[in-house]
Amino acid sequence: MRTLFVVFAKEFLENLRDRRTLLSALLFGPLFGPLLFGLMVSRMLEQSVVETDVPLKIVISGSSHAPGLIRYLEARGVRLTKKELSETEARAAVRGGVPVVLLVPDDYPQLFKAAQPAPLLLFADSADSQTRKIADRARGVLATYGSTIAQLRLQIRGVSPLLAVPVAVNDVDVATPTGRAVVVLGFMTYFVLFALLMGGLYLAIDSTAGERERGSLEALLSLPVGRASLVGGKILATCAYMCISLALSLTAFVLVFRFVPLERIGMSANLGLKTALLFFAICLPFVPLGATLMTLVASFTRTYREAQTYLTSVLLVPTLPIAFASIYSLKTKSSLMFIPSLSQHLLMTSVLKDEPILFPDVLVSAAASLGLALLLFAATARHWRRESMLG
Amino acid sequence: MPRASCPRAVFLEHDGPGAVIEAKGLSKRFGSIEAARQVSFVARDGEITGLLGANGAGKSTCLRMLYGVLTPDSGSACIDGIDILGETSKARAHLGVLPHAAGLYNNLTARENINYFGSLHGMSAARLAERTAELSRALSMDAFMERRAKGFSQGQRIKVALARALVHGPGNVVLDEPTNGLDVMAIRNLREMLLELKRQGRCVLFSSHVMQEVAALCDRVIIIGRGRVLADATLQEIRERSGTATLEEAFLQVLGDTEGVA
Repeated sequence: MRTLFVVFAKEFLENLRDRRTLLSALLFGPLFGPLLFGLMVSRMLEQSVVETDVPLKIVISGSSHAPGLIRYLEARGVRLTKKELSETEARAAVRGGVPVVLLVPDDYPQLFKAAQPAPLLLFADSADSQTRKIADRARGVLATYGSTIAQLRLQIRGVSPLLAVPVAVNDVDVATPTGRAVVVLGFMTYFVLFALLMGGLYLAIDSTAGERERGSLEALLSLPVGRASLVGGKILATCAYMCISLALSLTAFVLVFRFVPLERIGMSANLGLKTALLFFAICLPFVPLGATLMTLVASFTRTYREAQTYLTSVLLVPTLPIAFASIYSLKTKSSLMFIPSLSQHLLMTSVLKDEPILFPDVLVSAAASLGLALLLFAATARHWRRESMLG
Repeated sequence: MPRASCPRAVFLEHDGPGAVIEAKGLSKRFGSIEAARQVSFVARDGEITGLLGANGAGKSTCLRMLYGVLTPDSGSACIDGIDILGETSKARAHLGVLPHAAGLYNNLTARENINYFGSLHGMSAARLAERTAELSRALSMDAFMERRAKGFSQGQRIKVALARALVHGPGNVVLDEPTNGLDVMAIRNLREMLLELKRQGRCVLFSSHVMQEVAALCDRVIIIGRGRVLADATLQEIRERSGTATLEEAFLQVLGDTEGVA
């Protein structure tokens, strides 16, 4: 017990004086996520807000055939560019970067007058994700024009336009404002877990591979202390830095979301102090798991550089279940609580969505992470008792 | 180091006469390499015992088995009569170790480096303060006790490492190639420190591949080659037995000229 504390205190102090550890644990790790995230979300919001404000621009050919349509479109604020193009020219123009070309064929006025379906050709590139939205808007405006004309024709013939509307479908969106935000916030949980691991990364390396590289390991192993408490103290110190990093990261997220205008698109991020505390509690059992995993991996390496290489891939391990979850759009289920990192991700997502959290789920999530941490610790202690530890 | 600067205080914790390191038939094999074959010897208190051998002769393996970081395939080792395998922690409490690589923690001060090891030996803060004061005086470390180890010279480093190994006042001291990589001044300092430990009645065991080193310091020499003890005698005995004029020739005769001792 005493050994555990002595090793913990020394590793904590020593790394507090190490600039590399401090920068990664207390600056890059916790702040990288929230800042990148704030920027990303603001940019996304700006784009989606701006799009509806920008007037729709359509290049139109053969406008003289359809003066009514032109008036309607102009009244709707559509910016029309009149240009006489053949079909081939229209095709070429769209391929050349014009988003949408509307072509009114020569037989349009005749068929329109006869109340027959009058053809309109809309040229757009469906493979181009940027102009696809513009084409959709153009289609929407044209459809409204069509139904307006249809209603007028029915009225003139003394028929109620309502007859042409046998069913009235109303979309009822049950997504809560926070629920919609979750789509945007989906990645946040990974940044939280990333910050948590980054916090302990350098300490895990320094206390194992670093100890070997600077040649202090053999003297340490020659002391009358148990190897389990020796490496246990190191893991505890790693945990402490991870907790600090996690707390800083959550604080940064809370602050960043104060300034991100989620409300402007009818979303609200459920990310206040209370949520942050809940996140901390959910992630806490993952801390010893990450610390033992990193210490175990680093214990097998000989140099700082080698450890760094291997541990960078360890940082990616928690993404795998999360990526898997988003590909199969998994929902919070009790059976998934046995998978560390995924369970934390799902629980945090539930909190963000304002969904109720089941206490047994939290318990299973914590127990699974702690259980795995214990197994890994046993493996680490076993490795430290080996002669090959001397390197 | 003048005698006056080495008060007997450094010696206070020592258990008294009877400090002894014993290797009993130690054997160790790494794959196809027999690093130690039936190595037996005794290092006694008040003496400096030198383990002489070429690089790769098995010196480090033997020492590592003595302080229990390697487990012998057969044989045993005792520190003051305590089996290192059976009662590792108890035996180690009687032993100070300066391994081949004796690196310090660069972000800790000299005092913190020493205190860390002392605390792991279970020493109280009060006793640590007392001990570090004694060691600092004895090893002339007062000037850099509170400085971080980052910019230390080799000489300063070896002093801190030695103080760290002696912090719990062990009667036995094992040093693995302590002069390796040291400059002339540091080697000179180290020699004086070892002689002081001997004067204090401790059992000092160190390994080296430098013949002059061993000749200058040791009361007893154990020559190791290909994992085997080739000779175990006092300097005088070796000289007499070989019948050669110089110690160097005597060593070479024992080793055979293939071993390549410096």
